[in-house]
Amino acid sequence: MEGPTSTGIPHRKLAMWTFIGSECMLFGTLIATYMIYRGRNLVGPYPDELLNIPFITVTTFVLLMSSLMMVLALSAVQRGDAKGTRIWLFMTPLFGLIFLGGQYYEFNHFVHEGLPLSKNLFSSTFFVLTGTHGAHVAGGVLWLGTLWLRAMGGKLDARHTETVEIAGLYWHFVDVVWIVLFTLIYLLV
Amino acid sequence: MATAEAMARDHGGADHAGGTYAGGLWSWITTVDHKRIAILYFVTGFLFFLIAGIEGQLLRVQLARPDNRFLDPDLYNQLFTMHGTTMVFFAGMPLIVAFFNFVVPLQIGARDVAFPRLNAFSYWIFLFGGLFMYASVPLRAMPDGGWFAYMPLTNIEYSPGLGMDFYVLALLASGVGTIAGGVNFFVTILNMRAPGMTFMRMPLFTWMALIVSILILLAFPPFTVGLVFMMFDRMFGTHFFDAAAGADPVLWQHLFWVFGHPEVYILILPALGIVSDVIPAFSRKSLFGYPVVVFSGVLIAFLGFGVWVHHMFSVGLGPVVNAVFSGATMLIAIPTGIKIFNWIATMWGGQIRFTTPMLFAIGLVAMFTIGGLSGVMHSSPPSDLQQTDTYFVVAHFHYVLFGGLIFGLFSGFYYWFPKATGRLLSERLGKAHFWLTFVAFNLTFFPMHFSGLLGQPRRTFTYASGLGLDLFNLLSTIGAFLFTVAFVPLLLNLWRAWRRGEAAGPNPWDAPTLEWTTASPPPHYNFAVVPKVDRRDPLWHPYVAPGLGWAGELEPGGASPRLQPDHPPAPVHMPDPSYWPLVMAFGMGLMTVGALGSLALVLCGLAVTLVGLFGWAFEPPERGGH
Amino acid sequence: MKRPAHLVVLLVVGLAAWQGCGGEYPQSALHPSSDFARRLDGLFNQIFWWAAGVFVIVEGILLYTVFRFRERPGGPRPQEIHGNVLMEVGWTLAPALILVAVAIPTIQTIFVVDRPTTDEDAVVVEVIGRQWWWEFRYPELGVVTANEAHLPLGRTVDLRLRTADVLHSFWIPRLGGKRDLVPGRENHLWFRPDSVGVFWGQCAEYCGTAHALMGLRVVVDEPAEFEAWVTRNRAPAAMPTDPQARAGQGVFMSNACVSCHAVRGTAAQGVFGPDLTHFGSRLTIGAGVMENNLANLVRWIDSTQHVKPGNLMPEVQLDDQQVAQLAAYLLALR
Repeated sequence: MEGPTSTGIPHRKLAMWTFIGSECMLFGTLIATYMIYRGRNLVGPYPDELLNIPFITVTTFVLLMSSLMMVLALSAVQRGDAKGTRIWLFMTPLFGLIFLGGQYYEFNHFVHEGLPLSKNLFSSTFFVLTGTHGAHVAGGVLWLGTLWLRAMGGKLDARHTETVEIAGLYWHFVDVVWIVLFTLIYLLV
Repeated sequence: MATAEAMARDHGGADHAGGTYAGGLWSWITTVDHKRIAILYFVTGFLFFLIAGIEGQLLRVQLARPDNRFLDPDLYNQLFTMHGTTMVFFAGMPLIVAFFNFVVPLQIGARDVAFPRLNAFSYWIFLFGGLFMYASVPLRAMPDGGWFAYMPLTNIEYSPGLGMDFYVLALLASGVGTIAGGVNFFVTILNMRAPGMTFMRMPLFTWMALIVSILILLAFPPFTVGLVFMMFDRMFGTHFFDAAAGADPVLWQHLFWVFGHPEVYILILPALGIVSDVIPAFSRKSLFGYPVVVFSGVLIAFLGFGVWVHHMFSVGLGPVVNAVFSGATMLIAIPTGIKIFNWIATMWGGQIRFTTPMLFAIGLVAMFTIGGLSGVMHSSPPSDLQQTDTYFVVAHFHYVLFGGLIFGLFSGFYYWFPKATGRLLSERLGKAHFWLTFVAFNLTFFPMHFSGLLGQPRRTFTYASGLGLDLFNLLSTIGAFLFTVAFVPLLLNLWRAWRRGEAAGPNPWDAPTLEWTTASPPPHYNFAVVPKVDRRDPLWHPYVAPGLGWAGELEPGGASPRLQPDHPPAPVHMPDPSYWPLVMAFGMGLMTVGALGSLALVLCGLAVTLVGLFGWAFEPPERGGH
Repeated sequence: MKRPAHLVVLLVVGLAAWQGCGGEYPQSALHPSSDFARRLDGLFNQIFWWAAGVFVIVEGILLYTVFRFRERPGGPRPQEIHGNVLMEVGWTLAPALILVAVAIPTIQTIFVVDRPTTDEDAVVVEVIGRQWWWEFRYPELGVVTANEAHLPLGRTVDLRLRTADVLHSFWIPRLGGKRDLVPGRENHLWFRPDSVGVFWGQCAEYCGTAHALMGLRVVVDEPAEFEAWVTRNRAPAAMPTDPQARAGQGVFMSNACVSCHAVRGTAAQGVFGPDLTHFGSRLTIGAGVMENNLANLVRWIDSTQHVKPGNLMPEVQLDDQQVAQLAAYLLALR
């Protein structure tokens, strides 16, 4: 039904870009809050006592690799490479899951070290900011997992390039946000 | 609703083969047609408007005389919170979205919006948000922190009970629908314009809808984040606004007004858009300075993001901050003034027909000017220090939001009613409605300028008798009751139109834009042939040209002939009805209810949401489609 | 066209009511009684007249246009005018120039009224907002009082504003503009009262149930009277001599009163409620809720939750005699 659009960009792709624009404001506000409150913590534990930079560097690398997988998945769909599609569409959310596992471990560890959500200003801003990002990753994992299931059922081929491309846009955005968070939370600690 | 439904059934039925509406409740529940969603939005928004109006009248009864004991302070505080929150989020927003839904696709020559099912979802989640907030009424847990909900008063320590939880969760839920609507209309306007409909040929209302979509997309996320912070502070003991933990409660004010000021433009720009279409139509003259009017709208929206601190001049942020935001605020007066002068210049040299929509439009120009001028008075921080949080400000924003927004919406209502229903309204009753509303409005809100300057603060359930406020308050209360009288002709008019309204024909006003080329009410598919556009105000310049999908002759001063063929030359594929948006919205509604204290219900709601999402994703938009 | 005529009438009536008011407006922003309030009022007047001029011009042109170009039967189709650069530049520049004329005094005033005082002789007053009353402390004079501040005529006042709970806003319109009391911050206001009198004020930031009844009074005294007031209020409470009041003191000391209120010179050292050491000399009860006299005080003690719903003072279970004794005691605290 869609036919040619006035801008030449398919509706769904334009919608995803629009949504990403709106999401920038969401994460922008969260990040701004984190930065404004940085160093204003009155009671411990403080971030430098807890943040495990080597560990998060590894999970960050995993998440970045998942973006690479995403590129490979899209390329496989475009080429009509069913096997490649299945492999890369499996790997992308799998790497996302590994990242989420790392986040789960980190949160758990913090709580055990005496930093529950309600502990102080750092715990409030840290958990809500990274947790919001984690929820976005989880949504992406669910989405990509569904695409993988469709690919396994043979219902995802070159005609669905646009679908995979849009999921990829979202996934790359979520990864880029993490790079910003990683820099601001962990590297600038 | 019965009226609208009956009309839709009467006129949308057999005479449009291929665009037939199925009747019945189920068809409304599963509808993805932008025109029907518009009616749902309008009826729901109007009901909330009436409820919030009654709340306002109760406040006025309490303030009719000093030391009155009609309402106790807690109830008064709850009612002003509900009045403000409802008017902004559950009356103003949905009424605007109703107009977006009905008018925008028709004005750009499209057959629906870009995402019809997302559109239905937006409506259902908005409805759940509104119903959820009003569930606090029977539970006797109405929010009482004001629509602005300043921390720390709204934190759990000072507002125990569920009241503010209702506020936070209702606005989070309906905010999801609003952002979805922003995406939808942004894509629709960018992507679905008829061939030849360049940006600078778009009708002004569509332009303002585009700008407002962008504002929604950029302004709602900070508010969402603020609401999430508030929810976490209340429910999970975090410290986002806790001064004792090193945080700054003023952060809430920043987050709220970074959203809240653009929100004012989200509400007012569509009304200015309506008037920019109505005034030319009834002056029989194209809009004067079209590009300037468009860009002044863009400028207002852009500047609107840089002025939020003018709501906070008394916080004590320092002279430099106040001076900068004061300057930015004053700048907004320039594009606003330009619009007013361009409207007057449009009428200048025209043939002005005093129809009801035109009266409301002229009323807007006159009243919005007053609201703008009092706005300049408190754009100056020193002057504002005596005005902020007083009735002077209440007067100001009612001149903007009633004199601007509501007058504009009524103008649009009378203008597009014949298009939506196929029936004409009575001009005599319409004019009675206008004049009564006009008098009631000024009688209610003008005296508030004086009560504010004489020292009456806002949000106070009573005032002492020795302050010289008695007369002004009594006048306001009388005015508030005149609004009830003003609604009588409106209701009579609707009833009359339903019983024996004359058929409207495609273009009863001799108006120039695309929506008037098709039947009234438009068939399901809107346009039998997608029109081609080669200029602004196409219906005022009709001529037959090769390749143009429609043609017609205008008789000077008379009604124009119908320009669309009766039947589409080829079958039109329209999206099928779907109940998945409702399922998903229902799931999110369950999650919202569960967030009041039941994790099981949240998980249950999440499951339903996912079922809805997957059902939606795997349902083809049209059977036998692709 | 009657429509804007209504407005003009209302405007005229309103202006008359405003300018010609002979009555008392103890809480009016239009009757300034300090240098601060006068500056704000002067600026407001300036902007008001600009706005009034623009109002008359715009509404006048609108009315004329609507009347002059109303539809006439058989009239020709109007000529299309798509714009006029010169005119559009004109009505862009004209408002801009007016705004410049408003912005210049605005910015001057901002910096004048926000400049911290350098006056060595300034009276320092700490204002602490509480749900729903005001505490005033004069750290240099050793005075603590509630809901009623006395200030000397002609001397600069240096107010330091804090809150003990939620946001409040300190506002005495005749002495100047409002300023918020924000948790975690100290805010300031400076002004010099220039007339003697009792000025009404009120909390201007919504702060919960009894927000409307969080009033205050500021009494501007001649310097000598102010000194006398300070001397009186610095002293501890005198022992009551009247037997009724003496009995009342017993009631006060043996009930819950002492857990919240302080009466300096006695065992009552509560800190949650207003200091009552010199309560009897104050003009109002319950943060401006009503005049301070025996009948009202009895009502206040008897049914405080009815007089000021939501206030944090519980209704104490006392018989009528005890209430009368207690009221006599409190009024004797002069």
